[in-house]
Amino acid sequence: MNDLAEIISQNEDKLRSEWIRTMSSAVERADLMSKSELDEQCGSILKELVGGVKTSGPENIAGAGWNGARELLSSISASRARQGFSPSDIATFVLSLKQPLFVLIREKMAKSPDAMFDMLLSATQMLDSLALVTTEASISAREELIMRQQQELLELSTPVVKLWDGILALPIIGTLDSARTQVVMESLLQAVVATNSRYAIIDITGVPTVDTLVAQHLLKTITAARLMGAECIISGVRPQIAQTIVHLGINLEDVITKAKLSDAFALALQRSGRTVVKIGSASAANPLSGLFSKREE
Amino acid sequence: MERIPVLRMGSLLLITIQVDMHDKLALQLQDDVTERISDWGSTGVLIDISSLEIVDSFIGRMLANIAGMSRVLGAETVVVGMQPAVAITLVELGMSLAGVRTALSVEAGMELLYGNAISGSENERTEA
Amino acid sequence: MSVQKREVLPVKTSNDVVLARQKVRQWAVELRFTLVDQTKLVTAASELARNALDHGKGGTMTVETLVNGTRSGLRMIFEDQGPGIANVEDALKDGFTTGSGMGLGLGGSKRLVNDFSIETEVGKGTRITAVRWR
Repeated sequence: MNDLAEIISQNEDKLRSEWIRTMSSAVERADLMSKSELDEQCGSILKELVGGVKTSGPENIAGAGWNGARELLSSISASRARQGFSPSDIATFVLSLKQPLFVLIREKMAKSPDAMFDMLLSATQMLDSLALVTTEASISAREELIMRQQQELLELSTPVVKLWDGILALPIIGTLDSARTQVVMESLLQAVVATNSRYAIIDITGVPTVDTLVAQHLLKTITAARLMGAECIISGVRPQIAQTIVHLGINLEDVITKAKLSDAFALALQRSGRTVVKIGSASAANPLSGLFSKREE
Repeated sequence: MERIPVLRMGSLLLITIQVDMHDKLALQLQDDVTERISDWGSTGVLIDISSLEIVDSFIGRMLANIAGMSRVLGAETVVVGMQPAVAITLVELGMSLAGVRTALSVEAGMELLYGNAISGSENERTEA
Repeated sequence: MSVQKREVLPVKTSNDVVLARQKVRQWAVELRFTLVDQTKLVTAASELARNALDHGKGGTMTVETLVNGTRSGLRMIFEDQGPGIANVEDALKDGFTTGSGMGLGLGGSKRLVNDFSIETEVGKGTRITAVRWR
């Protein structure tokens, strides 16, 4: 269909400006894109159209000659999706080329109505297929965005806190599935390296249930930390959890567990050779001061 | 042929593994370590793997072997600097490297080795 | 699902195992796998390549990049004409300890990837396919 290619390339400027005009009246979010940017994009697409038609023909959009056009449309669609255009807007971007193109075809092929009909049919099939390409691309872009946000959410929900020099705390809120465990492990281990922390307290007060799977996930994290040279202490073990663990026969022999975060912290301090001492002159006057300072250690 | 250098620092042996080791290099290292412990009467071996991006089962076994053989010869081994991605992968692979002591850094490793007699076993199973 | 890129490497010497690791690392980086996933892939490649060398008496590794809709993946196929594996179930069990034990490293490798399959025939050879999706 070289005639179609010629018709487009010989009338490119006019086609482009008509296309932009049709588009602007159809799509409401015209404010999101600058005029020159739009002009440039349309020009590039028309050039690719010509190339595609010449090499693979207007009906075979999957053909190699259309690779350039498909790629260009996909990337334009993805960037528009990210800008906030809806899939319909983006498809309309392509479809609004129909009117000016058909007007042009009618003008140029006025003398041969049969050939004109054939060309119109090919042209409409071509533009429909290209519009579908944009739809696929814009939907993928959205899906990618959602996945990325989910990942960020996962990461945000497992903050690592430095309690003291060489002692970290990781409070886990919510269920611990295998996807979350990966994130937990990575955040914790990276923090261990970054802060050179020998002790990491994993607080599970906020974990609703601990079954065999959750226990496995926790054990993986503990083993990985151990391999690196850090020790983990599990804290926040509620009475129900303790019962579940025993009933399920989960083996936590090698793991240090504490009911309260404060106990875990005290243990970590002790293990790292530290003690907490109360400062104050009142203690000297107090006959019971000896008793008090011992308890604070 | 190329070998991984084994450096001496007092009673310690220092080994830094920086290359992507092929099997022969690993076996050569095992030999070299045992020989040096014998030659110099070393009591500690510090293996720095902070540059290793991969530890597969072969390398894992090598580390365990070095720890085991050194122990028989009267020296303690500490492996330091394991990267998080490596630790996570080893756990998935199923290797816990039990019997190999580890520390976060060279400094921490040396503390373990020098304070060995007093503080006792650190990274092996600690009681609650 | 389609194969975008494909390369075949020999696995005949221990140096080939190193090269195989490096190739997988390179392709995993290109596919933009996370660091942990890269490490898992390269470690699996190392295990399986070594397996083909030690037990399979040498063979080949084929690496391919895959595209399935919006997902991309890396596929590794290890083939050898060695003795084959008599009991696949046993081979997949965690046979090794850190100190000794033969352990084919197959069970471990399986856990490092998403899709894993073994085709083997005693006396004919083995083909192990491992895929990790991004």
